[in-house]
Amino acid sequence: MALLEMKHVTKRFGSVVANDDVSFSVERGEVHALLGENGAGKSTLMNILYGMYSQSEGEIFFNDEKIRISNPQKAIEAGIGMVHQHFMLINALTVIENVVLGYKGNKPVLDLKAAAEEFSKLAARYEMEIDPWEMIENLSVGQQQRVEILKALYRDAELLILDEPTAVLTPNEVENLHKMMVKLTSENKSVIFISHKMLEIMDMCDRCTVLRQGKVVAEGLPISEIESIDLLAELMVGKGVELVAEKPLATPGEPILSVKNLSYTDPQGIQRLKNISFDVRAGEIVGICGVDGNGQSELIRCITGLISKKEGTITICGADCSHASAREILNHSVAHIPEDRHKMGMIGKMTLTENSTLTHFCMPFFSKNGFMKWKRVDNYCSNICEKYNVKTPGTKETIEHLSGGNQQKLVVGRELSENPKLIIAVHPCRGLDVGATNFIQRCLIEARDKGAAVLMVSTELYEVMDMSDQIMPMFEGQIMGIIPQQEATREELGKLMSGVKDEKLQPA
Amino acid sequence: MLIGAFAGVVGSYLTGSVWGGLLVAIVSTVLFAAIFAYFTVTIKADQTVIGTAMNILAVGLTTTINRAMFGSSTVTQIDTFDNIAIPVLSKIPVIGPAFFSHAFPVYLAFILVPIFGFVLFRMNIGLKIRAVGENPRAADTMGIKVNFIRFMTVLFSGLMAGIAGAYLSMGKMSFFTENMTSGVGFMALAAVVFGNYKPAGIMWASIIFGASTALMYRLQAMNIGVSNYFLLMLPYVITIIALCGFRRRSNQPAASTVPYIKE
Repeated sequence: MALLEMKHVTKRFGSVVANDDVSFSVERGEVHALLGENGAGKSTLMNILYGMYSQSEGEIFFNDEKIRISNPQKAIEAGIGMVHQHFMLINALTVIENVVLGYKGNKPVLDLKAAAEEFSKLAARYEMEIDPWEMIENLSVGQQQRVEILKALYRDAELLILDEPTAVLTPNEVENLHKMMVKLTSENKSVIFISHKMLEIMDMCDRCTVLRQGKVVAEGLPISEIESIDLLAELMVGKGVELVAEKPLATPGEPILSVKNLSYTDPQGIQRLKNISFDVRAGEIVGICGVDGNGQSELIRCITGLISKKEGTITICGADCSHASAREILNHSVAHIPEDRHKMGMIGKMTLTENSTLTHFCMPFFSKNGFMKWKRVDNYCSNICEKYNVKTPGTKETIEHLSGGNQQKLVVGRELSENPKLIIAVHPCRGLDVGATNFIQRCLIEARDKGAAVLMVSTELYEVMDMSDQIMPMFEGQIMGIIPQQEATREELGKLMSGVKDEKLQPA
Repeated sequence: MLIGAFAGVVGSYLTGSVWGGLLVAIVSTVLFAAIFAYFTVTIKADQTVIGTAMNILAVGLTTTINRAMFGSSTVTQIDTFDNIAIPVLSKIPVIGPAFFSHAFPVYLAFILVPIFGFVLFRMNIGLKIRAVGENPRAADTMGIKVNFIRFMTVLFSGLMAGIAGAYLSMGKMSFFTENMTSGVGFMALAAVVFGNYKPAGIMWASIIFGASTALMYRLQAMNIGVSNYFLLMLPYVITIIALCGFRRRSNQPAASTVPYIKE
């Protein structure tokens, strides 16, 4: 009998059906992938299993017993642990405090030392050593994920739900996670692995269940029987999709962006950028790969004028922009697709129309003598929505009600519609599903072919390798090399991203 | 606090005992806190708005009931907290009377500092309290009843405010005057920020603010030729300077004042 069985689970939010008659089961000791696009209902289903939501209809059997999971406490008691996509850790507390938080076995006065010892033993068993007394906020994302996993194992979880666990990891960390999952399954524990990355699923999972628009389109498909990932893609999206953006060879022209000897030390005294120099030429895409937090954000903030206290020179279209303000830089026909659309790219509580003019509002076309010409803006916004395929009830909708993919398409549309000479795209496809990712990648390549210089930052190695003409791995604030796309291999880039310098390569 | 101060006087007046007064004060403020908790935790209204409204309500309510009960004259004699002199220590010249001869709530305040430190940082319940203030969603996923704990902490703060108010009207004074707290509750809030959200820090902050008030009284008594009104400002000015000048890395709980709305 299976460890977990979900039978005919339906979940409605008002009139929206998020899960429609979903059934699937997980055996003991297997890694079961749950695959689907954003909004396919994966997270909803798992939140039902973990007691964050309750299902409208359907039954859940765990360990051969029918259970009703009305809150996370019940799920934990039953032996279900979940690692959420956005970690549920408390930054201001230590690792061990996070681990014992809410633990049933706690005495009124906590014995953190004993707990830390037990925790360290557990960590050693899964080769995931971590200092129990460190504050969460001082840990890397990969380490935080370990804490989350160990937190669940500390509670004797038999079934571990990992919600898009690899989205934030380096190739090396993914490898470690894989090892840990093998260890878990060898102890007869089970893992539900949620992802929309098909290659990983082929690599790490035993069976997979595919969801599309809230419905199961394939249940418990053994991975060994899947011949190619195109099949998975088709199941997931429903039609044949091109996975790799096709692009002709670049024909680079004049340098549009030149960065020379750029260094930056943050207010805490940590040197974030170390003597960085590179050019981005018209008609080429330069991709920066690397693990989050190795200076990519700082580099982009320096180039876009959001950081002013820096050393070195930045030239855009021949003009010295080393000390220019963000507005002056944008006026050099620069488009910026920022790394976090919620914080920088858009204003959630404003309408699509208002958002569509955030970068162009001071152009005479849109405003005169301090008065906005809303009709023109509205037209402009409708055009973007049409051209960039933004699905929305109307331009007067507040943007926060749109899905992430549609939000990002509006941001991209806004930035690309004025034919910029330099496009700075940071994680342009982060968190987007296959369809939207593909669309945005094609937009960027199209812009390149029209002669724009594109500087792209991404943590997805595949994306950087597919899209870029030149690839620059970053590690601890340094450019580790500049490699033409044709010569780049995943292994080599992975090494450079983790700081191992290859002798053959010319330093940047 | 204002409610506590007033209710303390009423209670002491009616029961003839300071302890009766204290009990009435605590019950009233806890009830008042329950209203606040209902609005902010249960209904998830904005804390600043509700807090401001309830402050204004407290001033009006106490003033109205005070006038209805006692007319415009101050109350006749009521039982108050006696100063408890600690044997031996209070006999030390100069510092003896200054440090070791106070009413019960003063000692209580100092005793509670290490106790709260222990509860917050060493006990299970303290961990939960800190968790729901930092990241309620994370706490929720670990099976903690976020709103229950938040509700209870608000009630507890009501209890403490009740004691504070009662001390104001039955320890320092022996009567209630309209709006007698004159904003010291807000200074308590400032002390929490200045003390960086840690019991011992808050104690030191409170001592600094208290000292500035004492300084004000001394300067007034010395008649140094500065307008009284400027001297009255002193504790508040010092509070503002303290808050601006000595701001270190803040330990402010990330989800403080943010209502927790479950999806």
